[in-house]
Amino acid sequence: MTNKLSVMCVSGTLEKLQMAAMVSSVAAATGEDVTVFFSMNALKFFIKENAELAPPQEGDFGPLINVEGVPAFRVLFEQAAELGDAKLLACSMALDLLKVDPQDLVLDFGPATGLTKFLSDAEDGRIVSF
Amino acid sequence: MPEEKIVDARDTFCPGPLMELISFMKRAEIGDQLELLSTDEGSANDVPEWISKVGHELVSNEKIDDVWHIKVRKAK
Repeated sequence: MTNKLSVMCVSGTLEKLQMAAMVSSVAAATGEDVTVFFSMNALKFFIKENAELAPPQEGDFGPLINVEGVPAFRVLFEQAAELGDAKLLACSMALDLLKVDPQDLVLDFGPATGLTKFLSDAEDGRIVSF
Repeated sequence: MPEEKIVDARDTFCPGPLMELISFMKRAEIGDQLELLSTDEGSANDVPEWISKVGHELVSNEKIDDVWHIKVRKAK
């Protein structure tokens, strides 16, 4: 049976986005069935008009990952989807409040998803939150 | 004929070398051999772990002048 990993990506700081992207890409590329659910402060960094927007750094580690050679979090999420078939889903509540649609997002997002659907899909796997 | 390719991921950090290898693996044919070059200490352990978990064949893993050379054969 395939392991199922559901990632909640909610913080809008560089370190947490990076860690969520690392976990998602490695798990997906290792054959896990990965779903990433974006909400709260994390989602705006995936809106097309914010494609170049850099998230604020949370602490001293931020500058260390903001260098050449560290894969960018958006690239890692893209690789999670392309190399590992990860599903990228945007929270319907966050989309409503930000007044955007899934097609306004960079990367290939699935349909707007509510918490009930996310939790029900996640119930027989692991959930991690960043 | 199986091919041999070099995947140069030197000077990238985790999980850069692994993701680089995986993207080449996807495009390789069964039997092809890839040689990953990496300067990332963590990847020297993590990449063989991935190879064994996914079910490919680790041919060799050696450090030459601060660069790891991880050879892997695509098995499936």
